[in-house]
Amino acid sequence: MSYVLITGAKSDIAKATAREYAKNGYDLYLAARNSSELEEFAQDITTRTQKSVKLLELDILDYKSHQAFYDNLDEKPLGVISAIGYLGEQEKAQSDFNEAQQIMDTNYTGVVSLFNIIADDFEKKQSGFMIGISSVAGDRGRKSNYLYGSAKAALTAYLSGLRNRLYDAQVHVMTVKPGFVATKMTEDMGLPEKLTAQPEEVAEDIYKAQQKGKNVLYTKWMWRWVMMVIRMIPEWKFKGMSI
Amino acid sequence: MSFMSWGMYPKIKNTIFKFDKKKTLRRIINEHDELIPCGNGRSYGDSALNSNIIDVRSKDCFIDFNEETGLLHVQAGVLLSEILESFVPRGWFLKVTPGTKFITVGGAIASDIHGKNHHIEGCFSKCIKDFKIMLADGKVITCSKEAASDLFKATCGGQGLTGIILDAKIYLKRINSRYIDQTTIKTKNLKETFEAFEEYQDKPYSVAWIDCLAKDNKIGRCLLMVGGFRDDGKLDYKVKKQKSVPFNFPSFVLNNWSVRAFNWLYYRKVKQRISKQIVDIDTFFYPLDAVGHWNRIYGKNGFTQYQFILPKESSYEGLEEILTTISKSGKGSFLAVLKLYGKANDNWLSFPIEGYSLALDFKIEKGLFDLLDKLDEIVVKYKGRIYLAKDARVSKKTFEKGYSQIETFRQYRKENKMDTKFQSLQSKRVGI
Repeated sequence: MSYVLITGAKSDIAKATAREYAKNGYDLYLAARNSSELEEFAQDITTRTQKSVKLLELDILDYKSHQAFYDNLDEKPLGVISAIGYLGEQEKAQSDFNEAQQIMDTNYTGVVSLFNIIADDFEKKQSGFMIGISSVAGDRGRKSNYLYGSAKAALTAYLSGLRNRLYDAQVHVMTVKPGFVATKMTEDMGLPEKLTAQPEEVAEDIYKAQQKGKNVLYTKWMWRWVMMVIRMIPEWKFKGMSI
Repeated sequence: MSFMSWGMYPKIKNTIFKFDKKKTLRRIINEHDELIPCGNGRSYGDSALNSNIIDVRSKDCFIDFNEETGLLHVQAGVLLSEILESFVPRGWFLKVTPGTKFITVGGAIASDIHGKNHHIEGCFSKCIKDFKIMLADGKVITCSKEAASDLFKATCGGQGLTGIILDAKIYLKRINSRYIDQTTIKTKNLKETFEAFEEYQDKPYSVAWIDCLAKDNKIGRCLLMVGGFRDDGKLDYKVKKQKSVPFNFPSFVLNNWSVRAFNWLYYRKVKQRISKQIVDIDTFFYPLDAVGHWNRIYGKNGFTQYQFILPKESSYEGLEEILTTISKSGKGSFLAVLKLYGKANDNWLSFPIEGYSLALDFKIEKGLFDLLDKLDEIVVKYKGRIYLAKDARVSKKTFEKGYSQIETFRQYRKENKMDTKFQSLQSKRVGI
């Protein structure tokens, strides 16, 4: 058997990715808080694909528990996909540090804590893949979501460094930068149709890119160019814009 | 975002309600009226359109499968394509499937869909063991042919007007190949077409493409395709990636001449009177699914599908009259599908009766509805009926004449307070 570990497994992107990997023959560890809520979904995957799905309890903010979480896996995974994300409320986070901290810790600190542990194991074994779902929001800070964006920017930099470190150990590290995705997290945002991906498309892109060993994946693909343009706007101009 | 049906006609503004838990759904039902459930939006007309739409597509979990009996338990939003993707490689296929695999199980029940094997396997309701449905008062009932049988008869074919289907248990059938042995029979006129249907009626699957622009003594000429599954053990199956029509075509693209040319070429492509082919599941059952958003070729005004069925004894005369009327009008349909059906079932609004059905796609344009009104008169004259899952414009009068059990259905809705809670544009128009 060959397990892939997916964290933040309750998110729509995680679920679609889980289905995609099971469809392609992988067994799954699905980790989340209150993971028993995923029982129906686990049954879905097993019925569709006859693959094994194990539900695991994981609190990404309980850093101390992470080592034990990983040690307790009977069979270590072939790869890990972090789909943990917390958008939070930008305005609240500006004045309420608890909210700001939750955004930073969920999107960044927690992922680092767990990934450090898994990276050590994969490095020793000289195999495995590690996928972090970051965001295009980390490519440039904007007033509408810069706390979320800055945490994702930190994650992007972390993944880039990790990729560099694990290159010699032949461990593949991939940074995923979704643009708009139609999920529960973005339900009320009224996203533009042409730029918005369905979670299933993101999942398919992730699987294909991972199989090909890509380093950085923008999904939908046009976000690579959209973000390039956004990054090129000079700061004196950008600071006055509302985008 | 406003939801459109497959025909992109009519267009109305609507609010879409999603639900995760039963509790949420119960609250939505309790707080709103004019609700209609919607699956994957593949009914053509206004049967799943209203100001308030309940999105059932996102309830898409598989629950259980029994390898011994082939009984599959799924939530109502699961697509038939998802069932095929998981189960064809394991040697199972749908007992009944329509011409697209992109419909939900809930939608298949609500339209009591049928396929190329209606003459043998009947409608979708025949392969259902039971299903759960939430009614207007928020109660969830498990219903089957035996238990709550009135609810079953009202819901199968009831166009979502009895409640929200939550999940269903359906039987799959064993196959040992993803290929079909197909025989194509080319006929010269309606008489030959009817003879061919009769001759091949023991074949598991049959359907005919008919050249509805043919004139005079060529009226009713067709390519009849019949077939059955092979037994070669080849079961690998992947849902193919679609090529998609990227935008609405300008509406002049499909006109009398282009449709006539298409029909002429399509008919000419087949040379012999009888030819044999080996084709895969997607080619045989779902040829149009290969092109995503094919509805856009009709332009931004949309299109409608006119599908009627006539009792067997009046089919020949009726079809001859209808095909002549269409041919004279010059409004061609390049997808005209003719099929011989088996016996009707007991469901109150299921479409099939024993006889011939013809389905025609028409671009929405000036003069179309006059033509369809004329066709309605002929259908009524020959005691036929119109298929609600395709319809966007039939009058109450025409509709009522076709469905003899309509009063039973109306009464049942009223008694169970469904009539004020669940409505579609269509149900309001035809008064059900």
